[in-house]
Amino acid sequence: MHIIENGNVAAALGVKLCHANVIAAYPITPQTPLTEKLSEYVEAGEMKAEYIPVESEHSALAVCIAASSAGARSFTATSANGLLYMHEQVHWAAGARLPIVMCVVNRAVGAPWNVWNDQQDSISQRDTGWIQMYCCDHQQIIDSVIKAYWLAEKVSIPIMVCYDGYILSHTYMPFDVPDQEKVDAFLPPFRPDYALNTEEPANLNTVTLPDVRMDIKGEIAHGYMEIRYLLHEEMRTALTVAAEAEKRFADIFGRGGDPYVEPYLCDDAEYVAVGLGSLTYQLRVAIDTLRKEGIRVGVMGVRFYRPFPDVAVANALKGKKGVIVYEKALSYGYEGALASDLKSALYEHLAGTGTLPFVQNFIAGIGGRDIRTDDLTQSLRAATKSRVSKEPVWIGLKL
Amino acid sequence: MGTRNYRRKTSHSEHGPGDGGRTGSWRVERPVLNKSLCIPCKRNTEACFMCWLFCPDVVISRTIPPKIDLEYCKGCGICAEECPTKAITMVDEAGFSEEDKDKE
Amino acid sequence: MQAKTTILSLPTEEFVHPGTRACTGCGLAIAYRVGLKALGKDTILVVPPSCLTVLQGLFPIASTKLACLNVTFASTAAAASGILATLKVQGEDNIKVAAWAGDGGTSDIGLQALSGAAERGENFIYLCYDNEGYMNTGAQRSGTTPIGAVTANTPFKGKLQQKKDVPAIMAAHNLSYVAECSAAYPLDLFDKIRKCMDMPGTKYFHIHTPCPPGWGYDPRYGIKIGRLAVETGYYDLYEIVNGEFKLTAASEKLVEKRKLIPVREYFRSQSRFRILTDAQIAVIQNQIDAKWANYYKKDE
Repeated sequence: MHIIENGNVAAALGVKLCHANVIAAYPITPQTPLTEKLSEYVEAGEMKAEYIPVESEHSALAVCIAASSAGARSFTATSANGLLYMHEQVHWAAGARLPIVMCVVNRAVGAPWNVWNDQQDSISQRDTGWIQMYCCDHQQIIDSVIKAYWLAEKVSIPIMVCYDGYILSHTYMPFDVPDQEKVDAFLPPFRPDYALNTEEPANLNTVTLPDVRMDIKGEIAHGYMEIRYLLHEEMRTALTVAAEAEKRFADIFGRGGDPYVEPYLCDDAEYVAVGLGSLTYQLRVAIDTLRKEGIRVGVMGVRFYRPFPDVAVANALKGKKGVIVYEKALSYGYEGALASDLKSALYEHLAGTGTLPFVQNFIAGIGGRDIRTDDLTQSLRAATKSRVSKEPVWIGLKL
Repeated sequence: MGTRNYRRKTSHSEHGPGDGGRTGSWRVERPVLNKSLCIPCKRNTEACFMCWLFCPDVVISRTIPPKIDLEYCKGCGICAEECPTKAITMVDEAGFSEEDKDKE
Repeated sequence: MQAKTTILSLPTEEFVHPGTRACTGCGLAIAYRVGLKALGKDTILVVPPSCLTVLQGLFPIASTKLACLNVTFASTAAAASGILATLKVQGEDNIKVAAWAGDGGTSDIGLQALSGAAERGENFIYLCYDNEGYMNTGAQRSGTTPIGAVTANTPFKGKLQQKKDVPAIMAAHNLSYVAECSAAYPLDLFDKIRKCMDMPGTKYFHIHTPCPPGWGYDPRYGIKIGRLAVETGYYDLYEIVNGEFKLTAASEKLVEKRKLIPVREYFRSQSRFRILTDAQIAVIQNQIDAKWANYYKKDE
């Protein structure tokens, strides 16, 4: 069924279709309408779920962690400082191997206060062990929530489904709402390996030693390092499982593509712009303009930021002359996080082969600074002439 | 042989005694029961059991006579202090030989 | 009215194994052991970082025979809410949720989540064991450390502020049940837990648990000291049932007796109070006397 709605509603519909049954909610701009929508579904009886209006974001993820540990399919959403407030819990959920799905409606972080869109919030969670998916439009939002539950429950790793605040959360677009029966066929009920219960009591996530140790059955149990290694290992294999999710989804719903990257006019491109989220769709306008000027340029969205699809990215950019990474976040004191990860992937797979492109990093839209398509076009055009700078260049800065 | 095949991939503990090891080794003094002063022993019926109630470590049994598990008894002395007839006294561990260490 | 539980009628089933890492003579261990007897086997526990975490054991061995979820320091009551929500959607009517947190995890870092859960009417029992400091990390002061106590970070002047009255804070949430208990009076604790179990919403317990290393006494005197706290009128055993306050057990008896042991005896029994001056003790004695004058008045 095709409807016209905003990105937050798209996400809420995805959560409803997935029969999430424990929802924790705390308001923060620009995510608030998403969880408000869920409260409507729950109070109207359209969702058989417990909706808990918690007293902080830290508690929101605490509720999800506990609920998931007891066998519920849980959900919460947040942005910016809310995500930062729950940072401790973000690490916890990953180490506890809980398949929580959380929507992060990207917004700039304080200080100072700023409610507009950039991606610093989710990018700063890069190292926590969560899978991160970035959406470019409302269809991707609703589809990603559904894929995320399947993937998360398959690999027992929590997933952040990220989409740009205001630009996607509050704008209206047509998209298809999948049929409930098809979603049920795609996503079976949550059956964890273990859920807290009184018949087989267990003590979860207590102090775990640096070294391995014998358990009550006389077997040697993991130390902390093994448990953490297994998280990392399964995150890497999640790349393969993500491809499986994409294929299953395509088989049932009839849409999908490359699980890792979303290219536009990249096949014969000499220069490729790269980004996360809706910015890559805006870049397509710049691509079209530059193509008319005869510049062979394309744009590629990266769909999974973690686990980083290094092989897919390197293969897609192999032999290109230049890669221009546009980011709405950065690792202060160095450069854009995506640019760094991308450089590392290119170096790892292409160094010494003669196919290594240069990487130019542009930072744009910090704190919701308007990203003018004209600026994108100009910066991209300049980068195709020669690498502009080793340091990241901030577009639209008014110093 | 590593832990690759361990049945859990998370920190998931199952219950059993002795997480702290042989906590009886912490003791400096051990409780010694004089049955002739112990109320349930004298009456040969369920009575008192203050020592069982207040033991922080669940090492005193609710039996006639109460038995103390020296494998785990930490020698806190609460049982001796709370016994209404002073049937339990705390005796220096050093006074017990190596063989006696685990015996009552 | 229910008959009071005696030592002989106390359930014999144990829910804790011996050989834990709790300190010799740990007051919490006594309260926990009896508390679990009251809660029973159909209970899921929630525990933040605290002495109890250590007592419960290190992976992969657990000393408690019940299911337990370890959670981050500030999130105990929120985690309990999450488990409750899941039990509800699963249609599980018979499983209780009980949170056990220390005074630091309750009165300081955990207060926000606890207040939120209480306000939402989350149906669980929250038991705060109050050893009056962050004992697990070496006896630093917490919100419930009493005035004058020497701690690891109030080493020379002692705590300068009053003990935070957490039960009063919780009572302001219009709870069906709030209780103040002590490890030295385990049967009172047992009966109170059993009494409130089927009452709606959040039930709050504040349990005084003497701590040998943190308070500075020979472990064998733990129960004696716990009793002294009550018999000096310094710490009271009570319950607030739907807003109605009532002293219980030994505290209730003190109203009849009209005779309190001088609080100096309590302070002398622990080295953490060594710097309290006579003048300071006199002030505290006056406060206690005033409080009890009020109790006596209400009784008339």
